[in-house]
Amino acid sequence: MKPAPFEYVRPGSLPEALDALARHGPAGRILAGGQSLVPMMNLRLVKPAVLIDINRVPGLADVRVDGGELVIGALARHAALLASETVAAHCPLMVEAYACVAHGPIRNRGTLGGNISHADPASEMPAVLAACDAKIGVRSAKGARTIPATEFFTGALSTALADGEMVTEIRIPTVKSGQGAAWREAANRQGDFAMAGVAALVTVAGGKCTHASVAVAGMERPGLRLPAVEKQLVGTTLDAAAIAAAAAMASEVVRPSGSYHADPIYKRDLAETLTARAVTAARDRAR
Amino acid sequence: MALIPISLKVNGTRFERAVEPRRLLSDFLREDLDLKATHVGCEHGVCGACTVLVDGQAVRSCLSFAVQADGCELRTADGLARGGKLSALQQAFWEKHGLQCGFCTPGMLMVATELLERNARPTKAEIEEAISSNLCRCTGYYTIVESVQRAAELMQEGAK
Repeated sequence: MKPAPFEYVRPGSLPEALDALARHGPAGRILAGGQSLVPMMNLRLVKPAVLIDINRVPGLADVRVDGGELVIGALARHAALLASETVAAHCPLMVEAYACVAHGPIRNRGTLGGNISHADPASEMPAVLAACDAKIGVRSAKGARTIPATEFFTGALSTALADGEMVTEIRIPTVKSGQGAAWREAANRQGDFAMAGVAALVTVAGGKCTHASVAVAGMERPGLRLPAVEKQLVGTTLDAAAIAAAAAMASEVVRPSGSYHADPIYKRDLAETLTARAVTAARDRAR
Repeated sequence: MALIPISLKVNGTRFERAVEPRRLLSDFLREDLDLKATHVGCEHGVCGACTVLVDGQAVRSCLSFAVQADGCELRTADGLARGGKLSALQQAFWEKHGLQCGFCTPGMLMVATELLERNARPTKAEIEEAISSNLCRCTGYYTIVESVQRAAELMQEGAK
């Protein structure tokens, strides 16, 4: 199908983009890579009256390290992040998860900012960012604020973004010594939407786990952290029994709805298996 | 809705047109420029038949608006053959039976073009990864992988 008619605006700077967002209110939608928005428009699931195309806004796709944080511009393409040596050095978890994100032509266009603003529960990056305790930098014509990734995703396809706000950058604490992280996913085929995925980040000191983050994809909302599972892991040596107990907890605490390829019971099983695999791999990398 | 003037190059030729903002790049190529090699399959980014190169990168033309391609250089399967002679990649698809019905072929050719420009000697796994973005309902993919391998050989020979 074809999209419904809309007005097209192409701002040349961030202030222009924010002005357009403020002017058009809820009628205006940001067009970044368009790899989620345009399919929804083609299927007429959404009919934005105004598209604000930020693809030519300069400086919005930079990747840099600032103090202890990896800072990624909202318009950075998935393909660029997957290939980035800076990302590989400071957030290898993101690179590992990106290998599961869609396919080449989609990654050439799709952006990290667009991905998280779309907030698909099956998506990898919300889980990665939640596990890393990333912060989402957002702006409106009135000013800027920072939202923890754990609070940014409020439900399936919904975020804490207010009218007139857009994501401008993502700030991720850089990986520290003693930390290990891993992404594990189950999908029907490579690059398909995940049935379930797990991001694990553990810190090991003196043979014991001093910090654990576990976040899941494919469950009730994007970027879902599992604090009960994390609590089970901290203080243990991350031996097989401790990991198995925490993984069993994961299947208890998630509340997935079923999809065509995976009913809730299967998704709970996946949450357990993938949590065990992700935490084990993260532990092995932390040493 | 007001028409927006755009100017872009497709397969080396400059085109200037005025488009409705909602005009998909795939429809622009086929209907406005009459370049019919690009096929339209699913129109929501799943099948890959509409894949074209925009400034050297493979993209889904059904997930871009023509207005976004203003100022860009595009390549489509229409431009692969030169003077009635198949390109090495097309020749390889011919030799290795890389197509049956031909519907997915333009998209396959364009992802393979991007791959071979980036990586002149791809492994089988790299070819499989590159074409995994595109659906083929006839070949079972084996002959497409063989075609891309053969194209890499032909291009190596041609470069000597």
